Amino acid sequence: MKQSWFTIEENKPLTSSVYRMVLSGDTSAITASGQFVNIKLDGFFLRRPISVCDYNDSTLTILYKVVGKGTEKMATLLPADKLDILTGLGNGYDTAKSGNTPVLIGGGVGVPPMFRLAKNLVAEGKSPIVVLGFQTAAEVFYKEEFEALGVDVHIATADGSVGVKGFVTDVVKSLSAYTYFYTCGPEPMLRALSDCTTTSGQLSFEERMGCGFGACMGCSCKTKYGNKRICKDGPVLEKEEIIW
Amino acid sequence: MVNNLNTKVTLSGLTLDNPVIPASGTFGFGYEFAELYDINILGSFSFKGTTREPRFGNDLPRIAECTSGLINSVGLQNPGIDKVISEELPKMRQVFHKPVIANISGFSVDEYAYSCEKIDKEDQVGIIEVNVSCPNVHHGGMSFGTSPEAAAEVTRAVKAVTTKPVYIKLSPNVADIASIAKACEDAGADGISLINTLMGMRINLKTQKPVIANKMGGFSGSAIFPVAVRMVYQVYEAVNIPVIGMGGVSSAEDVIEMMLAGATAVQVGAANLIDPFACKNIIEDLPTVMQKYGITDLKEIIGGAHK
Repeated sequence: MKQSWFTIEENKPLTSSVYRMVLSGDTSAITASGQFVNIKLDGFFLRRPISVCDYNDSTLTILYKVVGKGTEKMATLLPADKLDILTGLGNGYDTAKSGNTPVLIGGGVGVPPMFRLAKNLVAEGKSPIVVLGFQTAAEVFYKEEFEALGVDVHIATADGSVGVKGFVTDVVKSLSAYTYFYTCGPEPMLRALSDCTTTSGQLSFEERMGCGFGACMGCSCKTKYGNKRICKDGPVLEKEEIIW
Repeated sequence: MVNNLNTKVTLSGLTLDNPVIPASGTFGFGYEFAELYDINILGSFSFKGTTREPRFGNDLPRIAECTSGLINSVGLQNPGIDKVISEELPKMRQVFHKPVIANISGFSVDEYAYSCEKIDKEDQVGIIEVNVSCPNVHHGGMSFGTSPEAAAEVTRAVKAVTTKPVYIKLSPNVADIASIAKACEDAGADGISLINTLMGMRINLKTQKPVIANKMGGFSGSAIFPVAVRMVYQVYEAVNIPVIGMGGVSSAEDVIEMMLAGATAVQVGAANLIDPFACKNIIEDLPTVMQKYGITDLKEIIGGAHK
């Protein structure tokens, strides 16, 4: 974990409610896809935990959905504004277990961490299959960015306005073969995936957090491997350890 | 650097390099923070509230944000006194070399006495801090800290089985904090810690239900600082034993204000959760702020506002 100041380079909407923010700063504490950062905002007591979409040595990309007052405030920030950010939080995804053709499933605002994960898997010479779920065509984001990685991208929308009509689980059930799964999204989706997948996998959870770095026990959950803090021992848990 | 300034304070014979102490429940057993900076710069720290049995704590969500603060309802998640002694203390010794404050909770007088007697035998422990904000399971769940008699009963039971200084950590959710502090002093307490969190609630407008699974929780953060200063001031007038002041402290100025109200040492709680370097920054800022206000020896300002 590292605390440092980042400078906003870009902050613009991808859909009516999802924004992309690109920041420059010290990303050296980020070690894995699926980790998150915790952002201090003026006027708010707690930081905002947001998953990492992508990063390189000097820039960090996050995609966030405006869902409350904190993210509303984030949407008003401008290039050159500075933010106090804790980086390198959480365990992130472990790509060692992926096999050659893992399926990556992102639901709504659970899509962003799948991007860096897909990039890492491609760099490791693997052929990930990406499944992205949204409510409707207008909410779809990052489809082209995933396609630019050269991976197979499937879209599911609840209303069928683009891609498969239905849920990500419908797409996953239709896949002929995959070696492992990785996912992030709303908890009902995670649970449905845990039930319908035929392989082992890793699931990233969201929870209200106090500190985000393991000190306050505000986000503890019980697992088959013992009590875990979503912020420090998670947010990624293995399918086999989760108690639903 | 600023020379000739003295930040040392003494709690019941235990001299601290400075009065800054992370508060229980916001600093774990120190490891997360030891990855970030050398925590031996701290005066001491109060470790995670420990009970006789291991506890998972309350259902999620346990956290609700507020203006200038947060509500928590963790529910005393801890590995239990035996594991704290066998696993946490040896690990803590690797990262913290000063005497630590052992924060002990219980749900019956016997449980307090049991855990305090065990922790009293540990060399690393400098002070035992007894949290009397827990519900008394034998008396309808009313908190020990809400009556002078119950708080005194816990104090007597703990003092009877311990040799180290015992500080009673008081709840602010009472009508007359001074009478409870006095009852603890009369029962043999070596010092008073206050304040614990204020009971609070937030309701989610979308679900129209309390945000926290346990409905209510403890409100802390900079919003409660004035309440804490007032209560420390009142308790300082009521007792002749040292007071550790806490509640919303987040700057070196707050430390000085708390000491002027009557605190010998000061704990920092919620601030650690939003800024993991909060205590380090406060300690580094202290000399400059002391100079600004013409203070050369911090211990001389204790209770200064009463003169």
